[in-house]
Parts: sequence; structure tokens; C-alpha cells
Amino acid sequence: MKPFAYHQPDQIPDAAKLLTSIEDSKLVAGGMTLIPTLKQRLASPAALIDLSKLAGLKGISDGGTTITIGAMTPHAEVAASKLVQAKIPALAALASMIGDPAVRSRGTIGGSVANNDPAADYPAGVLGLGATIVTSTREVAADKFFLGLFETALQPGEIITAIRFPLPLKAGYAKFKAPASRYALVGVLVAKFADGVRVAVTGAGPGVFRVPPMEQALSQNFDPSAIAAIKIDTDGLTSDIHAEADYRAHLVTVMAKRAVDAALG
Amino acid sequence: MGNVIGIGAAPKRKEDQRFLTGRGNYVSDIKRPGMAAGVFVRSPHGHAILRGIDKSAALAASGVVAVLTGDDVAADGLGSLPCGWGITDAKGVPMKEPPFPMLAQGKVRFVGDMVAFVVAETVEQANSAAELLKIDYEVLPSVVGVLDAVHPGAPQLFDDVPNNICCDWELGDKSAVETAFRKAAHVAKLSLVNNRLIGNPMEPRAAIAEYEPGTDRYTLWSTSQFPHVVRFLMGALVLKIPQHKLRVVAPDVGGGFGVKQFHYGEEAVITWAARRVMRPIKWVASRSEGYVSDRHGRDHVTEAELALDETGKFLAFRVKTLANMGGYLSTFGPNIPTNLYGPLLSGVYTMPAIYCNVKVVFTNTVPVDAYRGAGRPEATFVLERIVDVAAAEMGIDRVEIRRRNMIPKEAYPYQTPVLVQYDSGDPMGCLDGALAAADVKNFGARKAASQRKGKFRGLGYSTYVEACGLAPSRFAGRLGARGGLYESATVRVHPTGQVTVMIGTHNHGQGHETTFAQIVSDKLGVAFENVDIVFGDTDRVQFGMGTYGSRSLVVGGAALSKAADKVIVKGKKIAAHLLEAAEVDIQFEAGKFSVAGTDRTKTFEEIAGAAYVPHDYPLEVLEPGLEEQAYYDPVNFTYPGGCHIAEVEVDPETGTVTLVNYTAVDDVGTVINPMIVEGQLHGGIVQGVGQALYENAVYDDGSGQLLSGSLMDYCMPRADHLPMMKVATHSTLCTHTPMGVKGCGEVGTIGSPAAVINAVVDALSHLGVTHVDMPATPNRIWRLLQNASLPVAAE
Repeated sequence: MKPFAYHQPDQIPDAAKLLTSIEDSKLVAGGMTLIPTLKQRLASPAALIDLSKLAGLKGISDGGTTITIGAMTPHAEVAASKLVQAKIPALAALASMIGDPAVRSRGTIGGSVANNDPAADYPAGVLGLGATIVTSTREVAADKFFLGLFETALQPGEIITAIRFPLPLKAGYAKFKAPASRYALVGVLVAKFADGVRVAVTGAGPGVFRVPPMEQALSQNFDPSAIAAIKIDTDGLTSDIHAEADYRAHLVTVMAKRAVDAALG
Repeated sequence: MGNVIGIGAAPKRKEDQRFLTGRGNYVSDIKRPGMAAGVFVRSPHGHAILRGIDKSAALAASGVVAVLTGDDVAADGLGSLPCGWGITDAKGVPMKEPPFPMLAQGKVRFVGDMVAFVVAETVEQANSAAELLKIDYEVLPSVVGVLDAVHPGAPQLFDDVPNNICCDWELGDKSAVETAFRKAAHVAKLSLVNNRLIGNPMEPRAAIAEYEPGTDRYTLWSTSQFPHVVRFLMGALVLKIPQHKLRVVAPDVGGGFGVKQFHYGEEAVITWAARRVMRPIKWVASRSEGYVSDRHGRDHVTEAELALDETGKFLAFRVKTLANMGGYLSTFGPNIPTNLYGPLLSGVYTMPAIYCNVKVVFTNTVPVDAYRGAGRPEATFVLERIVDVAAAEMGIDRVEIRRRNMIPKEAYPYQTPVLVQYDSGDPMGCLDGALAAADVKNFGARKAASQRKGKFRGLGYSTYVEACGLAPSRFAGRLGARGGLYESATVRVHPTGQVTVMIGTHNHGQGHETTFAQIVSDKLGVAFENVDIVFGDTDRVQFGMGTYGSRSLVVGGAALSKAADKVIVKGKKIAAHLLEAAEVDIQFEAGKFSVAGTDRTKTFEEIAGAAYVPHDYPLEVLEPGLEEQAYYDPVNFTYPGGCHIAEVEVDPETGTVTLVNYTAVDDVGTVINPMIVEGQLHGGIVQGVGQALYENAVYDDGSGQLLSGSLMDYCMPRADHLPMMKVATHSTLCTHTPMGVKGCGEVGTIGSPAAVINAVVDALSHLGVTHVDMPATPNRIWRLLQNASLPVAAE
């Protein structure tokens, strides 16, 4: 790890100001991705701006027709939340499948969403549930937020403060864990709303994506059989030492069916 | 006064008191006054000409103490890292043995090859300075696989090693095998890959070196399984330091599995550097560094053929293997795929003729050497797999074909056609025990239940024998060993009767401090708590060859047993004097010396006291003191064996293989501590399961990059991958070790890969699948099912 300056502001505007004023500075939330990267000297920011003391970024609140999760809320808290378990059990289940207990205790939803790792679980949850990303400056719909491999719509100086989830009628998440890393080799979140079904896939490609043919089929008939024959195009899917693209494509269908099964309880 | 806890008891492990309370003393815990930090700069290329290194910016960086390269090594005239075995080909031509410089000279030959050592005040400063080195590489194409490496036109690692072949080794009677094949009713054939593995001990490798000018002595603390061997190899052959001026300490070591039983260049560089800079230096490998520098294991490509008569009796076995050595010869490298592989190809079967040819091949990968089992899992895998293939092709039940060929218990000692003579064993007994424990008779019902869930269930058998307790020196010498393979122990009885044992083996997780204390407690009648075991320090322990090859109890324990016997012999002489009796009339039992047929006795403590306070003592004929030493060189290997049965469930939708049941019945000879044996078996089995289902070291051809270079990409088996295991012993006693012990450290790793893969193949056999290469990952299974055109998906 190389030396860096360390800031721990307690107000969001101060953090945003530091972020824009210090060249090559980085936000650190739970640090579950950033800290190992620093230790391996793969990144060497001039300054770290620690978000842990910022007021109002932690906790889960009931908005009646929505649930809002503060950006600094750790995965373990989401997984254990009675509110999330009651209103969006698929989201609590997703949080419980991230990493290991240590990662779930430190890692945060805001950090995961901002990092947009192509194999992370939360992007599938956020996109699949059609959530809204609340930042220090605006609100962004999930559909406009995730822009591919580690890329998001976040502007310089912009800080995620919360994620607001609408309540689905039903939702399920199925994850095929990469055996070594326990990231999603393929993870699929399926959510049924009054106006249709959303299907979001993580792990299979360079970024989280939706599967319109499955969404249409499930909107007609919310049953695994409705999508059993839908095959995913292997173009653009990831191929690596763990899984070839056609295998990942196959798993998307399998995991989507299992997510529907999970949604149906 | 504590209790005697002897052979066969299962006390909790003595060493766990310090391990479980965080009071262990590992290399990285040690701090020396004025200690600097060292980091190794490693080649990022698989194969490149090293044109030059500009150190100037690095030397000028903050906190830098020294920057050393291969040129400095050459200027100091230091030796090459030695290989401990010299094998020869069929014509008696010695293997090609190119130099292995401790820092690369002229060329780098694998990603991770060391090119420089940077010493600074702190690790961070050393790392920062390392980034400032200007290293001029001319990158060459890399070759990483053995099949590619032996092709004419492949990148050549060494100018004088054509086709990268280090040695074209063979064993057995080629013409007898050819004759048998001509007469065979059936010939089974199998091509397979034995996947490359990375050991991943929990503690990364580390070293500290210090030079004391006042005494002209060096001390090296290293994460080693064999400190005396490091002292010899490094001192005598690499750095030319006289043995009495070099101390090597291997304190608590967090797992080895073979990875730490080699003399590494890092040890030599840091020891040499410590004198150059006149300061102690510490180096601790990162996990990533371990991946590209810890010696790897396995990596074979094999073609095997088994000849059988019409009843399924084996007639002959022919095996041709290409074995990957990596970029250089490591300490035991060429010995592993040859001498520890070919002689095991008879397994537990009567196999009239065997021919084995192994081409030992250099590639642009980390040097390959011994990893738990070392050669013997590879032999077991090819044999037990092809037995299943033959059974399927001939329509003979897999258990039945094994029974028809097993060596009967009464046929021991059994001479195989490939050098080794098994002293004892009962393979049929192990098989019967395992069949019962695995509840094989109800497998059909379990398979049907899986089928109802859309899953395929399979059962796999593996029987095995291994040669361990390395090794009879004379025999090993004939095979090419350049050192002896005995072991030594000293039993020091203190004046108050407590005992300190100095032994040449090394405890890095095996529980030796407990097992060896039980042997002493049993033999001398001393309380278990009154025995301490000292190891891992060349200044404290007389000599030793270290711990590997399931040898510690077999060879070290035997030396200990002999030394304890000598203590008893001397004690009897002292007792005879004190009790005014003839020496032949003195009996020793349960910690008491007594005159036969009388109630006159002296306790062990009284005898110890007399030995050190010799007021009433036969000083004319006997020296004071009670300390005895013994060296033991075995007359033969020991041959543990057994039968393992794996049961798996395959999800055809995802290709996931789940190990649902595992049963092992092993013949490890006399069991000193059944709890420790069970733990060794569990650990060994898990590592074999890891190879079968999860672990795979993958290199990118051309660039030579290690693609599985982290725990995120190299899948170690985890607790949730495994079922509760049924482990039992069915022991016959070794006929030539003092206590009848055979060793248990590697048996689990040797028996399990074939059992698991045979189970996977069984689960998929109805689809025409006849072989699955390791690791049987979900992707690989799914691909097989696609190719087998699985008629229906699970739903």
C-alpha cells in the first residue's frame, strides 16, 4: 500500500467538496474492494475520503410503498432487516449471499452499487427491482445508472446517499456462485410488479443487464416454464477460466427459472 | 504427577495450547534488532531474455539499503540451487540439469522467476523502490503445457535441452508387457490429464536471515519442513558457508504439504544479502507471490493401456506420461513423476508386467515438485480410473474386477514387477470394510431418490497402496537420491526424570509434539506432560531429514523408539548396580526397574537422579548422564493402503457435482493417536477432493501468465463443499518398523481423487460418459452433457 491522505468528513457537502478539489481522490465506504486493491498497489489514490462518519447514510426506512436503504448500510443489516425480509424478501436473500460474514459486516450497498463490479449481486437487485439511486445531487433510475464494466452514471463529486426500492408483488434471486470467489458466476433477479416483470442478470457479462424476452414471457405467465426455452445470445457474454460464454448463457436461463421459483415461494 | 498416555490413546494435542491461544511463534512473528525488509522482484513474463537491470533509481529511493541482482550473485561466485535427485534415462544417460540461479541470469523462465532483491528500512519502501527498477526484457514466446513443449519448434527454455526434455525415463519390462498385450483378450485404453495444483499452506513462506560478525555465524529462520537439509544444500552447495557457521531454524510453520520441503532461492538470497548489508533482513511472501513461486504439484498428461484376459484378470499395464517440471529442477522435482510414480503402478493388484515411460519436461511455469502424495496420487489415479474403464468395457462389476485382481492377504510380502516389495497389507479387508461402512447395498435406493429430484447419483471406488516412510537410503541412492533418508532422535532424560526429545522431523500441523510424546510416555513410563519435543533448529537438534513423504512417525518415530530403548538399556545397567543384581535380571516395566522375581524396584526418576548425581554409580564401567541418540534408516518403504468410496450427486441443469458421502477404510499400521490419524485422513481426503472437483492451476499459453493466481480464481475446497466423512482404519502391522507403523499423512490425498472421479463417471455413465478430467467443474460437466446430448433436461 502506498501512502495517501485520509479524510473523514461528517457532512455530505464536505465530502463532495474534497472529492472534487483533491485530484485523484477516492471515496471509501466499506472498502471491501478498494482496500485489497490498495494493498496490492493496483491503485494508489492521493487521498481517501472515508464516508463512515457522514450523517444520515446508514439505516433502512419504510416509505410505505418503498423501502429506502442508506448508502452506508452494510449487507448484513439488509439481510437481517425484518422490514426488508417482510416487504422484499428477495433483497434480504440477495444480501445474505454476498461474500462471507466479514464482507457482509463491512461492505455497503452504496459501495457495491457505485463500484458496479460485473459479478456483484446488488446491481442485479437494484436493476431488477427498478430501484432509484439517490445521490448528493439528484435521483437516477437504475435503468440509467449502470453503464457497463465498473462504469456508472455518477458524475465527478457525486456521492450515492441511498437506494430507494419500490415494493414488488413478488421477487426472487437465484445465484450460481463462482466456486472460488463466491461472486455471481451468474445471478438473476426476477421481480413482478403490477405493470410487468423485470429480469436482471449479473455475472454473465461485462455489466448487469435486463432480458426483455424473459420479461415479456413472464409478464404473460409468471412461471418457470414460460422462460425455459428462452436462450440468451452468447455475444458479449464473459468467457474465462471458470465458465465459457455459452455455459453462462445456459446458466442465465436456469437461474432465471430458479429465481421465479423462489419468487413463487 | 501426570499420567502415562501411551500408544493408542487420543489425548488433545499439546501444541494446540499455543496455537489456539495465539501464542505460536512463526517466522513473521520474529523481530531482530535493526531488522530491514526485503522484497523480491519477479519476472512478469513467462519467458524473456534479461538484457539488463538499471538499479540507479531504485538505489536512490528513500530508505533503500541494497538492490541485488543475478549479476551480483555471479560476481560472488555463488552456486546454483541444487537438485537432490539425479535420474537417468533407459540408457543410463543422466538427466539434463541446467543451472537454477538464485536470481535470474540472462533469462527468465517463468512468471515469478526472481530477478532482484530489494532491501529497505520498511516493506513499503522496498516495494516502492522495486517499482523503480528498470528491467530490460526481450520477451520470448512461452510454452506452458507438456504436449506443446515437446513439439519440435516449441520455445526452448535451455539451449542444451532439445525439445525441453529433461529426461526420458522408463521402468519395467517393456518386452514382457508387449508380449502380454499380444495375448490379451481385452485392452482398455485411457488418456487423461492430472491437473496442476498449488499447495496454498495457510502461512505463506517467509524468511529472516542474520549474520553475526563476532562469531562469523549466520542464522536463517525459514518456513521449512527440513531445516537441516536447507543448511546442507544452501550452506555446502550454494553459499559455501561451513555447516558449523550456519544455523537454520524452522519455528512454528503453518502448513507445508510439500510446498515448504524444498530449498528455495529466497532462502539463499536473503542469507547472502544479510551479510552483505550486515543487518538482519525479513521477507514474508504475499499470497499472490506464493502462487507464482511456491512449487506447484502434479501436471501430467498420460496415455495408459491395461491388458486383461477373458476373466478380467490383469495381464499387463503400460503407462506413458509427460510430466511438467516447470522452468527449472526443484529439490525433488525429477524424482516425483518417476521414482514415486512408476513403482506404484501395480497398486494393490497382482500385475504380472508393467512398463512405464515418463518424459520429464521443462515449461515456462513455476517449478513442479512434491505436493502431498507426490507421484503416488497420480499413479493411483491412472490405475484406478483404467480399472473402471476396463470393468465397464468388459461388463464386469467394478468391485468384482478389483477382487479378482487383488493381492490376497496371505500373499504378503509381495514383490511387484516395479522394484517395490510390499511387506504387509489386506486390500480385500479394506474393501469389505468400506463397502459395509458406505452402505453400498442401499445405494440403488439413494440413486432412485436422486433421480426423482432430477439428479444423477454415482458411486466411485478407489483402492490404493503408497510407498512412504521415505526412505531406505541404499534403495533411494540406487534410484538417484543424492542424500540419505534416515532420521535421528535424541532422548534427553533430565535429573528429575522429565524428558526432552530432539528430533530431526518437523512439526507443521501433524501433531508430532503429541504423537512423539505418547511414544516416549509409553516406552519410558514417563507422564505425557513430562515430555517435550524439540525440532526445527539445527543448533538444538543433532540432524534430520525433515518431514515429508509420510516419514515422520515411520522413520523419525522409529529413531525415537530406538533412542528410548537405549535409555532403557542404560537405565537397567544403573538399576543393576543400585539394586545389586545382575543386569540380565533387571526388568523395566511401567516406569519401574525391578529385579525379576523380587519386589526390589527403582523408579525411572530414581535412576535418572542417580545418572546425574553418581555418588552410588558404576563409574568404572558407565558414564554418568542419561541421554541417548539413535539414527534409523529403514530397510524398506512402508506401504499404507486402503479403499475409499465416494458418492456424488450431479445436477444436470448446472453441471454441479456435490460430494454427498465419503467413506475411507485405511491400513496405516499401528495407530499411535487415533484422533490425529483421523484428522490427517480428513485433511488428506479434502485435498484429494479439491483436486478432483475444484483446484486447477491454469496458465495462459504464449504469455505464460498464471490465470488462477489468487484465492478468487484458484478454488480451494471449503467446509461447505464437503459431507461428514466416515473414516476408519483396518490395519495390518508393518513388519519392519519398530512399532508396526506405516504412516498416514498422505493416504487421504492418494485415495480420494480416483474415488471422486469414478463416482462422477458412474453418475453419468448412462449417457455414455467414460471419463471426466479433473477438476470436474460445473462448466466441464455441462459441456460433457451437451456433447453426450443429454436427452432431457431435469425438468
